[in-house]
Amino acid sequence: MVKHVIPKNLQDALNHLYQGDYHVIAGGTDLMIQKRNSADLPPLFHSNMLYLINLEELKYVMKDEAQIKIGSMTSLETLLHHKDVPELLKEVIKEMASPGIRNMATLAGNIANASPAGDSLVPLYLLDAIVVLASTNQTRYLPIEKVIIGPRKTVIQANELIKEIIIPIPHFTQTSWVKVGGRFADAISKVSFAGAVTVSEGIITDFRIALGAVYMTVIRNRAFEKSYKDLSVEELKNQLPQILTRYQELIKPIDDQRSNKNYRNQVASNLITDFIQKI
Amino acid sequence: MIKFKLNGKDVEVNLDPSSRLLDVLRNHFNLTGPKEGCGEGECGACAVLVDGRIIHSCCFPLANVADKEVTTIEGFSETKRYQALADAMLEEGGSQCGICTPGMMIAAESLLTQNPKPTDEEIRIGISGNLCRCTGYNMIVKAIQKASKKGDGLW
Repeated sequence: MVKHVIPKNLQDALNHLYQGDYHVIAGGTDLMIQKRNSADLPPLFHSNMLYLINLEELKYVMKDEAQIKIGSMTSLETLLHHKDVPELLKEVIKEMASPGIRNMATLAGNIANASPAGDSLVPLYLLDAIVVLASTNQTRYLPIEKVIIGPRKTVIQANELIKEIIIPIPHFTQTSWVKVGGRFADAISKVSFAGAVTVSEGIITDFRIALGAVYMTVIRNRAFEKSYKDLSVEELKNQLPQILTRYQELIKPIDDQRSNKNYRNQVASNLITDFIQKI
Repeated sequence: MIKFKLNGKDVEVNLDPSSRLLDVLRNHFNLTGPKEGCGEGECGACAVLVDGRIIHSCCFPLANVADKEVTTIEGFSETKRYQALADAMLEEGGSQCGICTPGMMIAAESLLTQNPKPTDEEIRIGISGNLCRCTGYNMIVKAIQKASKKGDGLW
């Protein structure tokens, strides 16, 4: 018999995770559908469930000089209307699902679900987000790309939960977000792109690109990015063909019901080109 | 045992906490205003308010409603705000076959509570999670706009 537990507080939740095998559920917008049963019947959960969404101590947005800390159970809709949330992340959330889903869904859910097409993951990669994993015996601070290791695969241990997401306060001179989907609301991305650049007196001091839905995880390559630092904007633009060739090697999209390899490849290249041309 | 407030009354249920709120409302409480359209959060026919905000009850586990306040279209229909919206929907022809209407009304209420004077664009975003199979969106947007103006002060 599967157990269902609504923990009283964070400590209670951690104790349950420590003592037994529980599956954490937040807003439920992915899990409830993935485990959907016939009409009128509860979903087919095969493990014990731990319901975290109403833990008030995990609902907050805090900002200091260097970073923004987001409690893991804060809804996307709350983030969308919060003054301290980076604009780029808000731009992305605005195009995710619809108000009713955003009132339930969380960044933590998007991370734990680890879909290659998870929209919020793209800006989180781009912004160097840190995922805080808590358990009774330790707290781990991991960069998001170390948390997600493949489609639906994360390094989150059975006794851990996502407690917080930390985002260093960005200072870019230009950012870009493009979601290519079937419609504005409720669409799962065919391809998604986030870019950010800092230009100081004509010189690139920070250059970042993240792509979603074109590989097993979000693509971000810091080695590539580093090699474009200290170039002038013109030098960067002149390197566009080489940049595209390099990124093409990372982009390994699949064919599915939403799109196909060729389209995704071409659109990803077009989005990189457009971003660089507009710097 | 899960306790919550349903349409203004305290209720307690002893059901599987993973049950979809939609099934609990329809089968246990006989509230059939929320309907199952797609069953995967895309159509909004199952929309209800939780603490005044729209959610899709087809992908909302019962456990998540503990100690919250749920308002279905039945509960909302006892308010003046509902009447203002219903009148506007009638006048503008915002309800055709009617299956999306409860969800549209819930979406409108959730939007107007947060933003009493929305632009047309904001209304379209507000109802973006609700599908109208008659495609009567323009009339629905006009109706919500009308309710917002005529019902001045209600939201």
